[in-house]
Amino acid sequence: MNDQQNETPRNASRTASDPVITARGLTRRYGKIEVVNAIDFDIGRGEVFGLLGPNGAGKTTTILMMLGLTEISSGEVSVLGFNPAREPLKVKRRVGYLPDAVGFYDQLTATENLAYTAKLMGLARAERARRIEAALVRVGLADVASRRVATFSRGMRQRLGLAEIIVKRAEIAILDEPTSGLDPQATQEFLALIGELKAEGVTVLLSSHMLDQVQRICDRVALFQAGRIVLMGAVPELAVKVLGAGFAVEVEAEGPGIARRLAMIPGVTQVETLAADRFRMTAERDVRPDAARAVVAVDGSLRKLSVDEPSLEAIYARYFQAQPTGDVRHAA
Amino acid sequence: MRREGSPFQGLSTVFVKELADHISSVRMLMLELLIVFTALAALYEAINSLRQNTAEDPFLLLRLFTIDQAPLPSFVAILGFLIPLMAIGLGFDAVNSEHNRRTLSRILAQPIYRDALLMGKFLAALATIGISLAALWLLVIGLGLIFLGVPPGGEEIARSLVFLVVAIFYAGVWLSLAILLSIVFRSPATAALVSLGIWLFLTVLWPMLTPAIAQAIAPADPRYALLGLNDPATAVWAQELLRLSPNDLFGEAMLAVLSPTTRTLGPVFLDQLRGAVMGAPLPFGESVMIAWPQTVGLVAGTIVLFAFGYVLFQRQEVRA
Repeated sequence: MNDQQNETPRNASRTASDPVITARGLTRRYGKIEVVNAIDFDIGRGEVFGLLGPNGAGKTTTILMMLGLTEISSGEVSVLGFNPAREPLKVKRRVGYLPDAVGFYDQLTATENLAYTAKLMGLARAERARRIEAALVRVGLADVASRRVATFSRGMRQRLGLAEIIVKRAEIAILDEPTSGLDPQATQEFLALIGELKAEGVTVLLSSHMLDQVQRICDRVALFQAGRIVLMGAVPELAVKVLGAGFAVEVEAEGPGIARRLAMIPGVTQVETLAADRFRMTAERDVRPDAARAVVAVDGSLRKLSVDEPSLEAIYARYFQAQPTGDVRHAA
Repeated sequence: MRREGSPFQGLSTVFVKELADHISSVRMLMLELLIVFTALAALYEAINSLRQNTAEDPFLLLRLFTIDQAPLPSFVAILGFLIPLMAIGLGFDAVNSEHNRRTLSRILAQPIYRDALLMGKFLAALATIGISLAALWLLVIGLGLIFLGVPPGGEEIARSLVFLVVAIFYAGVWLSLAILLSIVFRSPATAALVSLGIWLFLTVLWPMLTPAIAQAIAPADPRYALLGLNDPATAVWAQELLRLSPNDLFGEAMLAVLSPTTRTLGPVFLDQLRGAVMGAPLPFGESVMIAWPQTVGLVAGTIVLFAFGYVLFQRQEVRA
């Protein structure tokens, strides 16, 4: 993935090595309204790809089109080389899906719920039992395997949904809003599980509002707005593109001509003077050591040196600020 | 464009799961208790009345089904009333509950087509009703043996088996309707109310309305009225309209099959009866022929309503 991060988003989308999902001009219309409007993307094998955007931006519709669960109005999408509209069973056999606010049959136990879907997957009895037990252990639900799902918390249900994907041994896991409504600890546990999937080589596609989480686990993200992908790429690239530069370093120091010195550091694009002794630099890299050296060089007294890493939230906020679209609700 | 794979993949899995759900559900238990107790009450009255005036009836067992002792209606009439209730009870939340529990997209993300889910649900509910009706049928035969002490003849068994088959299709019509409404309405309460509304309309109000509508379509000739007779044209219209109700079709078919002396289900002219030996039972095959159009009507109703639901379900959006 690293080689992609250095490319521009547009190119990155074209050159994902060994793409498992490819969309070209994918469009879904309801009447005359385009809910998903001619989007293109490629997702490489083993990648964690995030779909971001306000509610109603077309993320879930895109996911459903990839699974053949809603019609494609025009354009095409290929999942593992299959067209989900024509060969949905082949796609669904190899792709796991955790819907937004997943539901289970409350009157059945965790094991029974998984057994039902495992039967639908066509697994033989012995294989089913083995995989279900292993999956429940892995997501930490082994103790409650024989309890009815009615008693499960939101976080437990999400993990049970992930267990289903593990039982399926899916090559691609599609997770729709997997962490919304979870408490911080449940979120952490869930993100760790997603990390484990990634380590096994599963391609993960997830949609979310939780920008900081997405930033933590996603290799690349696509920002949806009104049915279009407006930004796509790794977070640092997007920061450069949207925020102008990746890092904002704040320096609090006294000394003659510090602002000028700071501006001379290679990689610094801008220095703002916030107060007589406070400066804010924007840079393409972490320039704190250079800034410290510059202050010391003029014999100044350095009191504070801090860096804001580029956050997806800042990118998101900045992007929608820069391009007001009227009714866009800011998620996150 | 042909779809890949079989539309029935996963059908048996859905069928078994839904059947298990129905059979273990409290709702089914209540419906079964309701039907068994009312049916037992009707049977008890029927047995009592048969024991008191044992006539030389070659079809004593069938009389168990059809005899009515005020205030209770006959066993068949009670089933005609309760089978729809049972079918609606099993079908009104078939699809919308999957939506509301948010299980639908998770299940459909498994390698199956929607066909398997819908058909599995329909067949499981029908099988549940079939099992209950078969149990009820055995109960009637058993009680007949014990209390009347007359072993049933082959023809009686054959006729009562036809009753069983027609009753299952009668349930099928209402089940298809309930499932169709469970697809149309997202709220199970709305679907249940609309199904029950249609059921009440067709069983209670429709028989009262048909004579008036028939009168409007084909006004009675005053000459018939002068003679104190019904105009055959009006009578035929009234009956045809009445046959739109599955309840009426079931009733007519049962009349033909369970009362072997029934020669016709519509109005007849006297000259058509010339040469008939009144009161003589028809052979089994002839009775089935009389009930045949009604049975086909019920089967067709089941298929048409199911097909409607199928098309709507295929086009429905999965997301909640």
